Amino acid sequence: MEIVYVYTKKRSEFGRQCNFSDRPAELHVDILPDPTLAGNFIERNPCDMPIQCVQEMSEHEVNTERFATETRGINHVEGGWPKDVNPQEMEQTMRYRKKVEKDENYVNTLLQLGSLMEHCIKQNNAIDIYEEYFGEEEDVIEGTEEPPSAKTINVFRDPNEIKRTATSLSWHPDGGRKLAISYSSLEFQHGSKEMSFDSYIWDLENPNKPEMTLKPVSPLVCLEYNPKDSHILVGGCYNGQIAYWDTRKGSQPVEMSTVEHSHRDPVYKVIWLQSKTGTECFSTSTDGQVLWWDIRKMSEPTEKLVLDLSKKGNLDSSLGAISLEFETTMPTKFMVGTEQGMVVSCNRKAKTPGEKIVCTYSGHHGPIYALQRNPFFPKNFLTVGDWTARIWSEDIKESSIMWTKYHMAYLTDGCWSPIRPSVFFTTKTDGTLDVWDFLFKQNDPTLSVKVCDEALYSLRVQDNGRFLACGSHLGTATLLEISSGLSTLQRNEKALATAMFERETKREKILEARHREMRLKERSRSEQGKEEDAKDGDTEENPEDLVAQAEKTFFEIIEAERRKNEEEEQKIQAEMSKVGKEEKEDSEEKEIDEMEVRISFC
Amino acid sequence: MFLEETLKRIQSHKGVLGTIVVNAEGIPIRTTLDNSTTVQYAGLLHQLTIKARSTVRDIDPQNDLTFLRIRSKKHEIMVAPDKEYLLIVIQNPSE
Repeated sequence: MEIVYVYTKKRSEFGRQCNFSDRPAELHVDILPDPTLAGNFIERNPCDMPIQCVQEMSEHEVNTERFATETRGINHVEGGWPKDVNPQEMEQTMRYRKKVEKDENYVNTLLQLGSLMEHCIKQNNAIDIYEEYFGEEEDVIEGTEEPPSAKTINVFRDPNEIKRTATSLSWHPDGGRKLAISYSSLEFQHGSKEMSFDSYIWDLENPNKPEMTLKPVSPLVCLEYNPKDSHILVGGCYNGQIAYWDTRKGSQPVEMSTVEHSHRDPVYKVIWLQSKTGTECFSTSTDGQVLWWDIRKMSEPTEKLVLDLSKKGNLDSSLGAISLEFETTMPTKFMVGTEQGMVVSCNRKAKTPGEKIVCTYSGHHGPIYALQRNPFFPKNFLTVGDWTARIWSEDIKESSIMWTKYHMAYLTDGCWSPIRPSVFFTTKTDGTLDVWDFLFKQNDPTLSVKVCDEALYSLRVQDNGRFLACGSHLGTATLLEISSGLSTLQRNEKALATAMFERETKREKILEARHREMRLKERSRSEQGKEEDAKDGDTEENPEDLVAQAEKTFFEIIEAERRKNEEEEQKIQAEMSKVGKEEKEDSEEKEIDEMEVRISFC
Repeated sequence: MFLEETLKRIQSHKGVLGTIVVNAEGIPIRTTLDNSTTVQYAGLLHQLTIKARSTVRDIDPQNDLTFLRIRSKKHEIMVAPDKEYLLIVIQNPSE
């Protein structure tokens, strides 16, 4: 229904002024309610109608921009002198002073103040009010044992958008006020194009912005401060090169090793060596080489070692290395932790490359991510890999002397405490940091702290044993403070730890001796029966035959199973057919009944 | 003359390291220490005394500062304030 009203006006009347006149209202349209339309609606009773009579408010969030502060100091120089007196001129100042001293007010005031002051001076001289009566009895206070705890002090986040793993941390050698962290993505081919290559040096006081950026050619996997010169850092890159920086010279590396002579895989660990010049370091990578460098001449490594156990220097059969260990008290020996789960102990001063590899210790199921000698007992070292951490003694090559239980998550890094000989720290892929005190408890960590939700990849303790930093998968480095109970040397601790290590070493030695005896017996027994078992002996030596045999037995078992299943099926089929016949009879009866019912209805 | 004797007597007490008299502008009038130390003490303690006095008077306007003693690890600094002058003595307390 269209409501239309037409206005007409003669053309000649256009442009005329409007003459308005009043008239009563005219009804043009009246639309009455149509009750039939109500059929389209359903009445609803009751009807919920919300009404609010309240002041309308809106919520806004505001975050101010970060406030940048600067510390400034002012140096005061002598001032306050009246305008006509020049403070530099001795004569003028003396004259001024003498004038003041002649003032009567001055004399009276000072006499008064003088007597007041004398009273206090005499008081001081009479009795020492701050005397300590029960002085150096702090040893008793040590008895109050607080439960071990770790407190997060600061968190340093990767400032880039695309987060990379914090793969390695290094404390500044003087006092540990700065932390150098290297960032890279260790997942193969996961790094996106926009991923930044930078690594940072952070000042512990300022977690908002890194103090310095290091810009390598390829992301750094490991980074170390030079313990002799705190301005120099060396880093190993993802592409196998080594680079070194001088923090005084800026963000670009001072020099990089040449690509042809570097590693062919990411450099997983680089350590500074103890040398007179303080410029030597060595590095290792999963390509199976250990290279020694002098940073003054980075074009070529000074020495090379291939981790080939057959001592032929064959790169193809070498073991990939993940961690490296060097103790300054034993400069000719060093140890390498491999991807295959073995620790290779090497002697640097051997004459031939073949003699460089001294012995191996195997026991881990996976790559050894951390390897460190105990700072107090260099004969014992800690290895961290797969799901356990193990402690070894150099003399026992068969197995570790102590180990932790198998955890639910991989262990990624570990290190000893520099203060307490029996305490070490480990990090796991579920983001927890464990503190183990082997003198206190060996089954479980003494303290387990969940640092973050993502996996932790690296860990470093500061030299005072109090602070430690751990780096996570998303590039977040957390600085924790350990409670004093875990970071101060207890009484007798060294003696107890020595006793513990010796005891465990002896136990392993005895076990090793027993094993050797048993093996000798076995061998002699097998030698007697060797003529009879000649054939078996041959097939045992041939791995391919063994595989074929295994396949045959496997298929036989499968065949047997299959036959059994078929027989069972046939049995079931037979039963089913019997039941089926019965069912069919039943259903026929039911149909007849239904038909009867319908007929009766109609 | 009494003034001289008083000041000399103060200086000669056991443990007294130095005496300084400062006026209202912070200018050291009389001192037994060397110039740079005097200037430092005068400037800093002058400001501290003003602050201490204003603190005492803020809490209770009827009150006023009569004496200020600062004990540190090494020695004790005693300040006797007045409207116009300040007498500062540095003493090593008996230990």
